[in-house]
Amino acid sequence: MSMLKLTTAAFAVALAAGVALPAQAEDSVYIQLPTYRTGPYAGSGIPIANGMHDYLTMLNERDGGINGVKINVDECETGYDTQKGVECYEQAKAKGTLVFNPWSTGITLQVIPKASVDKIPVLSMAYGLSAASQGDVFPWVFNPPMTYWDGASGIIKYIGEQEGGLDKLKGKKIGYIFLDAGYGREAIPLLEDLSKEYGFEMLQYPVAGKEMQNQSSQWLNVRRDKPDYMVMWGWGAMSPTAVKEATKIRYPMDKFIGVWWSGGEDDARAGGAAAKGYKTLNFNSVGPDKPALQDIKKLVVDAGKSQVDPAKFGENLYNRGVMNAVIMAEAIRVAQDKSGKTVINSEDMRVGLENLSIDAARLEAIGLPEFFSPMQISCKDHSGHTKMYVQEWDGENWKQVSDWFEPMSDKVEPLLAAAAEEYKTSNAPWPARAEACAN
Amino acid sequence: MDTLYAVFVDPFAQMIDMPDFFLQVLWEGFVAGVLYALIALGFVLIFKASGVFNFAQGIMVVFAGLTLVGLHEKGVPAWLALILAIAVMGVLALAVERLVMRPLVNQPDIILLMSTIGLTYFLVGFGEFVFGGEPKQMITRELGLPTGSTAIEIGENGLLILQHIDIAAAAIALLMVAGLGIFFNKTRIGRALRAVADDHQAALSVGISLNQIWVIVWFAAGIVALATGIMWGARSDVSFALEIIALKALPVLILGGFTSIPGAIVGGLIIGIGEKLGEIYWGPLVGGGIESWLAYMIALIFLLFRPQGLFGERIIERV
Repeated sequence: MSMLKLTTAAFAVALAAGVALPAQAEDSVYIQLPTYRTGPYAGSGIPIANGMHDYLTMLNERDGGINGVKINVDECETGYDTQKGVECYEQAKAKGTLVFNPWSTGITLQVIPKASVDKIPVLSMAYGLSAASQGDVFPWVFNPPMTYWDGASGIIKYIGEQEGGLDKLKGKKIGYIFLDAGYGREAIPLLEDLSKEYGFEMLQYPVAGKEMQNQSSQWLNVRRDKPDYMVMWGWGAMSPTAVKEATKIRYPMDKFIGVWWSGGEDDARAGGAAAKGYKTLNFNSVGPDKPALQDIKKLVVDAGKSQVDPAKFGENLYNRGVMNAVIMAEAIRVAQDKSGKTVINSEDMRVGLENLSIDAARLEAIGLPEFFSPMQISCKDHSGHTKMYVQEWDGENWKQVSDWFEPMSDKVEPLLAAAAEEYKTSNAPWPARAEACAN
Repeated sequence: MDTLYAVFVDPFAQMIDMPDFFLQVLWEGFVAGVLYALIALGFVLIFKASGVFNFAQGIMVVFAGLTLVGLHEKGVPAWLALILAIAVMGVLALAVERLVMRPLVNQPDIILLMSTIGLTYFLVGFGEFVFGGEPKQMITRELGLPTGSTAIEIGENGLLILQHIDIAAAAIALLMVAGLGIFFNKTRIGRALRAVADDHQAALSVGISLNQIWVIVWFAAGIVALATGIMWGARSDVSFALEIIALKALPVLILGGFTSIPGAIVGGLIIGIGEKLGEIYWGPLVGGGIESWLAYMIALIFLLFRPQGLFGERIIERV
């Protein structure tokens, strides 16, 4: 071996040792964050990605991780594309992620059958398959704090209150404009069921993914049909375009209510002053003032370790990303407690998620008082079905215009149970739950 | 009988019953058609001069719009940003000619098509790298473009709502078409360009620079892309989702012919108005959502009778 080769080999060994040694010496866990900072849905994906990343980074910077265990985070760009999302899942599996956050209903539906085989918990926070809230059928899938069906029932409940009672919905027309994909179609069965029960007519306006910025036909139909209320399940470029189109046809904006994913500031801003009155559901608070958010600002944003535009720090979807990270971090703490280990694995993480309980006192303790409604997950209930509120766009900011309220659980729960059974049947042989309940 | 009534009678009865709404549908179709025509125009310019189907035209719309808004966000005054955006499209045209087209001279058409697909991916990545992936609001007011709307009363309760930006889009599109028409027919460069389109070798033999012509058409297509980006961005946002809308230009091109500027305009209007009428009056019969494929159906029906498109040149090959 020549001297050069010998030197090169020695250098390579030294370099490898130098890189590997600290990693071995330091306790850490790994979480992959599937994100979409590019493509047609980046407008929604970027603030979410920033929020998730920044909270976990803040924990590393401020506390040295969770109970002394650093959280190694990297992102996998899905572009909201199901195929790429599944590729990210395979990468995450290979790298030993504790949990997989698909951030797309389409990707969630694809990875649900894989999760129980690979023993990786899937956390689809308020999206994905509503029936996955049934923990006895889906032990590896979690969708706190609420399902889409909770959201749909919440909107109908709110509209009923505006009209003076659910019985007043009889004969009304409620339009449903939605992204014509797994996400948008998910709420339809519940809305159809409620329309039969309360006697309102449900009008559907699908928006194809490639037509998100070309919705004039849908809104012409809205103008002709004159629905009393419009409900939106929009995401990415669809939401701001819909808000703009609604203002164009002079639809009364106070009768236009979006799901929580259509409530980004940029979604409403697009409509200008005419968008005042536009409403959406929400389940997290908006604004940068909570102590933990200020820690993020000081230790991550101001330190140049975040990609967030400082002007957009604390906006709704950024805080939503923070909330997703809070759920993961708190589940890690529970998993560490339950397993007696500090460096947990994905099976421990599943137990942590299944035993997750975040009450008001805990929110206060982690510097996020009243950031969201207290949640309690159990072996049977993987969602928690917590509370939501309605926010209204005042032209510059979101303002809370309702109290926190519960979904119509009496209507939703039986349907969720039936849907879970139907999923089991149509995906037979669906494995029976083998995981012991540790509640 | 009910089906026949629903297909052949009821839609027309609705049109007569609600004339204001019918006019609104026609207007929205017209505006959409104008915007489709603008995108198609970009394709036609390049295809006409070089025989290349420029798959990157959609992303050029996004890139041009992002450049304009991105520069303004960095503190550049709106009109200067517009001039700089035009300059950037000029630089892009030069770069495409030098780095993409020139090395591929005399290669089969499919290679040139593939190179424009590569260009698409480059512009997506470069655009996101420079300006980020977040949608941006078009600087409509700053550019002096009109906002707001005018409502015209029709009948007792009827209302036709015209968005001022849509009127401006239609006017600008017509001006661009007229300008391009004059450029192609009345100027020396325009005639050279037509000569290149007819026969590359003959054009070269009389001293026309192929490279120069290619830079000019890519630059012209870039300016058309910028105009489209401004107009469509003003209707929604400037985002990478706009790139997909460029696919709407395909049925327009099939219908109007790949080499005809008037064809792009007429094709755009037929597709725009046709898909709106179809979606609103016949769509409900099949559950709606027919707009995305109706454009192709309209184009295919026309193709049955005129395979070269409405204004395309008939290709006769002797064997």
